[in-house]
Amino acid sequence: MYSMEHKKYLKKIKKNKFLVLLFQLLILILFILGWQILADLELINTFISSSPKKVLNTLVELTKNGDIYRHIWVTVYETLISFSLGTILGIIIATILWRFEFLAKVIDPYLTILNSLPKVALGPIIIIWVGANIKSIILMALLISVIITIINIYQGFINTDPLKIKLMNSFKATKKQIYFKLLLPSNLKVIISTLKINISMSLIGIIMGEFLVSKEGIGYLIMYGSQVFNLNLVITGIFVLCIVATIMYYLVCCIEKKLIKVG
Amino acid sequence: MNKILKVKNLKKTYHTKNEETLAIKDVNFELEEGDFIAIVGPSGCGKSTILNILCGLDKSYKGDVEVLDNKSIGYMLQNDALFNFRTILNNCLLGLEIQSKLSLENKEYVIKLLETYGLKEFISSYPTSLSGGMKQRVALIRTLATKPDIILLDEPFSALDYQTRLAVSDDVYKIIKKEKKSVIMVTHDIAEAISLANKVIVLTNRPCTIKNIYDINLSNRSTPIENRKAKEFSYYYDMIWKDIDTYV
Repeated sequence: MYSMEHKKYLKKIKKNKFLVLLFQLLILILFILGWQILADLELINTFISSSPKKVLNTLVELTKNGDIYRHIWVTVYETLISFSLGTILGIIIATILWRFEFLAKVIDPYLTILNSLPKVALGPIIIIWVGANIKSIILMALLISVIITIINIYQGFINTDPLKIKLMNSFKATKKQIYFKLLLPSNLKVIISTLKINISMSLIGIIMGEFLVSKEGIGYLIMYGSQVFNLNLVITGIFVLCIVATIMYYLVCCIEKKLIKVG
Repeated sequence: MNKILKVKNLKKTYHTKNEETLAIKDVNFELEEGDFIAIVGPSGCGKSTILNILCGLDKSYKGDVEVLDNKSIGYMLQNDALFNFRTILNNCLLGLEIQSKLSLENKEYVIKLLETYGLKEFISSYPTSLSGGMKQRVALIRTLATKPDIILLDEPFSALDYQTRLAVSDDVYKIIKKEKKSVIMVTHDIAEAISLANKVIVLTNRPCTIKNIYDINLSNRSTPIENRKAKEFSYYYDMIWKDIDTYV
C-alpha cells in the first residue's frame, strides 16, 4: 500500500497528464469550430479557404469511389521503397567511408555540397534523365534521404568511444570484427534515430516528386486540386497527408522501442 | 627468477605538423616471472605510450621489445570500457571471441572466474546494473579470459573515487596474485605503486627516461591496504616523491 502522500503525488501526475490532453484536444476542436463558424458567417471565402464540412464531404466522396485508398497506397508504397533504399544504401556507404578513411576525406566537401543543395533543384534533370515516371519520384526522395543518412551514420561510426576501439585492438581484432562487434551494435541508437529522420525525409521527397511528375498519390491529389482550383481537394489532401505521415512516424517509433530494449 | 620480457633502448618520437617530439629516450628494464612492476612519472611523460608499445598497439618505435618463452600479453585499460549491449558474461568473452578461442572449456573458465570473484549473480546482467568497482573487476576478468601471462594495467583505478579505489586495488591485486600473473602497471599515484608493486620504475619528464628503479622491500608484506602501514612505506614514498618532484 502507498502512503497518502504518495497517492497524492500519483494523483497529481495523472491530473497533469489529463490537462495536457484536454488542452491538446481543445486546440483542435476550437480550430475546426472556428473555421466552420467563420465559413458559415461568410467572413472567409470558402472558395479559397474551404471549410471543415466541405473537406469532410470531399473525403467521403473520395472514400466512396475508392480513389483515396489508391492515392494513399501509391504514396506510402513509394515512400517505403525510398526509405528502405535510403537506409540500406546509407549504411553501406557510411561503412565504406569508415573503412577507407582516405576516401572519406576526399569525398567530404562533395557530401557537404550535396547535403546543403535543395534536392528539388535536381528535379528537372532527374525527370529528363530518368523519365516522367515513378522512378524519378523515388530517385528524388532517395537523394534527399540517403545523403543525410550517410552523414549521420558516418558521424556515429567515427564518434565511437576510442577507448573501446583500443580495447578491440588490444585483442588484435580485425577491422571487420571491430565493425560487427562494436560499431554496428553501439551505434544502433544512431541508426534508429536516423530511421526517424529518414521516414520524414522520404515522404518530403515523394510529395515533391509527385508535385513534379505523377498521375497518382497524395502529392498528385494536392497538385491536381490546386490546378483546377478545387481547394476542398487540396486541404483534404493535406489532411490525409498529416495522418499518413504521423502513422508512418509512429511505426518507426514502435520499431525503435522493440529494438532498443537494452541500454 | 625467469625473465619473460626485456625492453632495450626504447625510443619513441611523435610527429605533429609543427614539430617532432622525442617522447621516450633510452628506456631499459626487464620483467621477471611473478613480478609486479609499477611505472610512475609526471603526467604526460609517456607512461601509457610504453604500455601501448609493449602490447603491440603502437608499432612505430625504435629499440627492442622482447617477449620470451612465447608469453602472451593482456591489456587492462584506464576505463572499464564495457559494452552496454553485452551481458557481463559476453563482455568477458569478447577477447576469446575475437581470437576465435571460444571453446566450451574457455567459457567454463570465464564463468568460474566470475563465480570466484563474486559476480555469479550478475553473469547475465548488463553493465549498467554494476557499481564502478564491480565493472573494474569485470574488466579484469575480460583481460584474464584469454589467459595472458603478462598483464598491462594502465591507471586501472583512476576512474574510481578514493574509497573504492583502495578497495578495488586490493581486490585486483588478490586476483592477479591468485591467478599467478606478472604485471606492469602504469600509475601516477605513488602510494598505489608502493603498496602494490615489488618494483617501482620512476620516469623523468619528457623526453622520458628512467630516473630510478626501486626494489620495494616491505617487512611483513601482505595486501595493498596493509602494505601502506609498513614502516618502510614512507621511506619509499619520500624517495620517489623527490625523484618526481624535481621535474614538476
